[in-house]
Amino acid sequence: MTFVAKPKIHHPLLQFNEIGLKRRDYEGSVSTLCAGCGHDSVSAAIIMACSELSLPPHRFAKLSGIGCSSKTPSYFLGNSHGFNSVHGRMPSVATGANLANREMYYIGVSGDGDSASIGIGQFAHAVRRQLNMLYIVDNNGTYGLTKGQFSATSDRGSTSKKGVPILYSSIDLVSMALQLGATFVARSFSGDKQQLVPLLKAALLHKGFAFIDVISPCVMFNNHNGSTKSYDYLRHNGSRVVEADLTLPHEEIRVNYEAGSTHAVTLHDGSTLHLQKLAEDYDPTDRIKALTRVQEAQETGNVLTGLLYVKSDESDLHDILETPSKPLNEMSESELCPGSQRLEQINQSFR
Amino acid sequence: MKATNITHPDYFHKVVDCQWACPAHTPVPEYIRLIAQERFTDAYMINWESNVFPGILGRTCDRPCEPACRRVRTEEKPVAICRLKRVAADHKGDITPFLPNVPKEKNGKRIALLGAGPASLAVARDLLPFGYEIDMFDRDPAGGGMMRSQIPAFRLPADVLEEEVDLIVNMGINAHYSYEITSMKEMLDRNYDAYFVGTGAPRGRDLNLPGREEVSNHISIGIDWLSSVAFGHITSISGKVIVMGGGNTAMDCCRTSKRLGAESVTVVVRSAFELMKASDWEKEDAMHEGIPIINNRPPKEFVHENGKLKGVIFECVKQVEKDGRTSYVPSGEPDVFMECDHILMAIGQENHCPWIERDIGIEFDKWDCPILDEDTLQSSHPKIFFGGDSAFGPENIIWASAHAHQAAISIDLFCQGKDPKQDRPPDGVNLISQKMGIHEWSYDAEHDAAKRHLVPHANKRRSLDNIKVEVELGFDTDLGLKEAQRCLNCDVQTVFTEKLCIECDACVDICPMDCISFIPNGEDEEVRSQMLVPSFSEEQDIYVSEELPTGRLMVKDEDVCLHCGLCAERCPTAAWDMQKSVIHIPQMGSFS
Repeated sequence: MTFVAKPKIHHPLLQFNEIGLKRRDYEGSVSTLCAGCGHDSVSAAIIMACSELSLPPHRFAKLSGIGCSSKTPSYFLGNSHGFNSVHGRMPSVATGANLANREMYYIGVSGDGDSASIGIGQFAHAVRRQLNMLYIVDNNGTYGLTKGQFSATSDRGSTSKKGVPILYSSIDLVSMALQLGATFVARSFSGDKQQLVPLLKAALLHKGFAFIDVISPCVMFNNHNGSTKSYDYLRHNGSRVVEADLTLPHEEIRVNYEAGSTHAVTLHDGSTLHLQKLAEDYDPTDRIKALTRVQEAQETGNVLTGLLYVKSDESDLHDILETPSKPLNEMSESELCPGSQRLEQINQSFR
Repeated sequence: MKATNITHPDYFHKVVDCQWACPAHTPVPEYIRLIAQERFTDAYMINWESNVFPGILGRTCDRPCEPACRRVRTEEKPVAICRLKRVAADHKGDITPFLPNVPKEKNGKRIALLGAGPASLAVARDLLPFGYEIDMFDRDPAGGGMMRSQIPAFRLPADVLEEEVDLIVNMGINAHYSYEITSMKEMLDRNYDAYFVGTGAPRGRDLNLPGREEVSNHISIGIDWLSSVAFGHITSISGKVIVMGGGNTAMDCCRTSKRLGAESVTVVVRSAFELMKASDWEKEDAMHEGIPIINNRPPKEFVHENGKLKGVIFECVKQVEKDGRTSYVPSGEPDVFMECDHILMAIGQENHCPWIERDIGIEFDKWDCPILDEDTLQSSHPKIFFGGDSAFGPENIIWASAHAHQAAISIDLFCQGKDPKQDRPPDGVNLISQKMGIHEWSYDAEHDAAKRHLVPHANKRRSLDNIKVEVELGFDTDLGLKEAQRCLNCDVQTVFTEKLCIECDACVDICPMDCISFIPNGEDEEVRSQMLVPSFSEEQDIYVSEELPTGRLMVKDEDVCLHCGLCAERCPTAAWDMQKSVIHIPQMGSFS
C-alpha cells in the first residue's frame, strides 16, 4: 500500500468520453491494499469499463461485504453511491436497493470468504432470484485480511505459503452460478485487462444476474509455488475459451470476424456482444455443456476463462415479481400505500 | 523491439530535460533539492562547479533549461530554474572551504588567455588547480568581458559580477588589463604552451541605409554604447530615442536609455513580436517600464536636415509563412516616419578578429569564424583553442562556460602530450537507489500542483531613476523554497528490473500519467500504437524492457512521467526502483 495519493494531474492527451468525463474522473480514493494486490487491477478494470461505456458515476450503487475485496468499492467511482454491509450480507442489501430503485447500475464486489463461506447462502439466493446486478468475486483463495488462512475456494492439492496442504474440496462459484441459473457467467484474471474490461462492460449492460469470478492473486499470502491462484499459475494454466467483444448500439462493428468463429448476442439495450470462440466446440450458450467443460477443466487443474455462459432474453427479479416500471423510490406515499380500503379489497380477493 | 540500453550515459540524461538542454549540463534537480533543504551553499557549489558564474547566470542566463522543463509538458509553466539559481547565490554562506586549492608549485606549463570574459575565466578556473600558469589579456580595464560591458547594472549589480569574477582572478591569474591585443603572431612569439581565444563577438552590426553617413553623430552601436555606459563614459542621453533591433541587447539599450534621461524611448523591430530574439521576460520587463515595441517595421531611410537627425522612415511589412519558412512582404500600408534624436543600433553582433593574422595556421570559414573541432575546440593551429562567442559566433554566457570546460580538458591533454580528441575521457552515468525504507524515498516524490511563483520587482519609479537599482529582487527564501517544491526531480529515474516483475499491473494502474504499458513484443510502430496513450514523439524516448515471461514488454513513455515514484511504491517485488542518475560530463578535476 502507499500513503501517497495519486496526483490529480493526468496525461495531457487523455480523452473525454461521451459524457464529458475522463477516465481519471471514475477513480476513487487511494487504495490501502497491499502493493501488487490483484484487487487493485480489478478496480482499475471497472474504472476503464465504466468510463469507456460513458456511464454517469452517480447512477451507480456499489455494494460490498467484508474483506479485502469488499474494501475496493472505495477505490473506484468516487462520485457514486455505496453501501459497505455486514459480512456475507451484501446480496440482501443489493436486493433491497435494487427493488427500491430499479434504474441504477448495481455493482457488488465480494470475495471468496464473503461469498463462498459466510455468505454462501445469500449468494445462492441472489443468483436464483435473477437480481439485476453485476456480482464480482475477487477470488484469491485465501483469507488475506486475517493473514493467509485457506478459504473455501482454495483448491484441494494446493498448499499454504508455508507448504501445508489443504484437506477439503473447494467450492467453485462459477459452477454454482451456472447451476443456480445465472444468465451471465464469466471467469477472468486480474492480470488480464484485455479480457476483463470487455467482460465487465458486457456484464454491466446485461439484464439479470451477471457473475464474474475474477482470480485475483494475493501477493502477500497466496502467490507462491503451491498456490493455484498465483500470477504464475494462471499464466500457465489459464485457458481462454470465449472472448467477449461488445459493440454499443450506435457503434460500427469494426472487427471482421471469421465466419463460424463468433456468435452474436443482442443485449437488453440493443448492444451486440460478439462471442469469439478460442476453444473448439465450446458453446457459451449451452449451460449444461458449459458446466461440464468447466468441471472437466477443473479436474485437470486447468482454469477456463472468458464468457463461459450467456443467455440474453431472460427476465430479472422485477419481471418475475411484476413490479411497476416506475422505481418504487420515485413513487409518492399515496401510490406506495393506497390505504386501508384497497388493502381490504386485496384481502377479499384471497378469500 | 530492442530493449533500451539504460547504461548509455545519454539515455537518462535526456530524461532530465533541463540538464540535457543546458550547454554546461548543470545538474539542475540536484541543486534544486539542496535549495529545498536550505543547503544554499551546497546548491551554489554544484552550480559553481558546472557553470562557474551562478550569481551572474542566476540573473542573466538565457535559460535554455526552462522551455525544456517537463512542467511545460505536464502543466504549463516551467520551474523558475534560473531564479532558483539566484536563490542559491543570494543566500549562500562562506564558500572558501569548498574552493579548489591552487598549488604554489606550478607544473611548468604557461597558458595565455586572450580576452577576460566568461570563457577565459572559466578556462582559468579549470586549469589553475592543476598548476598551470595563466596570463590573461583584455582591452578593458577590468575582467568580466561582456558580462561587465554589455549587461546593465539594473540586471546585474556590480558587486555580484565582481564577486564571481574576482574569485577566479584571485585564484592566481596574471591579469593584463587595458591591453589591446594587436597581433596573434606577436602572442605566438611569446611561446606559451597553449593559447585560448575568448575575445567574444565584439563587433555590433551596422545598417547602411540612405542618410547613414550624414547622421553618424546621432547613431550608436548598441553594444559599444552599453559598454561606454558600463565604464561611466556615457551618463546621459537626451531627446527621443529609437532602438532598432529585437534581441536582448535592444532590450538593454532601451531600458538603459530610459534610465539615463531619454525623453521617450521606442523599440522598432523588423520582425514580428513572437519572432524577436529577446527572451520573453526581457520583453515583458521593457514593456512593463512603459517602452513600446513596434513590430514588422524594417527601416528604410534616416531623415536629416543639415546633418541633424530628424527621424527614420520605416516600411510596413507583414509576415508570410511559406513552406514552413517565415518571410516578410509589404503590407500595403504607407511608410511611416518616426521622429527621433538618437538611434541605438542593436541588430546583432559578429565575430571580429582583425588581429589574428591569416597566415599563421588558423583557418577561418566564410563567415569569418575559426574552423574548430567541435569536441576539442582546437583550431587548425594545434596550440590555439577557442571558446565562447569567438568560437562559433554569438551565443551566451552559459555556452561560454560549456566551451571552457571542454577547452580546458583539451588544453590539459595537449600540454601533457596527449591527443585532445583520442584521449578525451568519456561521459558516464551512475544510478543510485533512492529507497530509504518502506514508503520512504530520499527525495520529495509527491507532486506539487502549485503554479509558477512570480518574482518580486523593485519599485518602478525608484528603479527607473537609478540605473544601479536592480529591477528583479529575486525570490526570498520562503518563495524560493516554494518554487523548489515544483521541481519534478526528473533525475530520479524509474529503473525497471525484468527478472523481478510478476506482471501484476500495479504500476500501470497507479501511474497518474498513463506512462506504463505492457505490450506484446512487435515492431516499433506496432508497439507504440498499443501504449495506453500512444507515443510517437521523436524528442522523447520510450523505455522498453527485455521480453517478460508472458512475451510482453514493459514500455514506459518518458515524456510526461512525473517521477512521483508511485510505480515503485506500488510494485510488490521492487521491480521498479527510483534511482538517481548522476551524469558524469568530464571536466577538469572530475576524472583522473
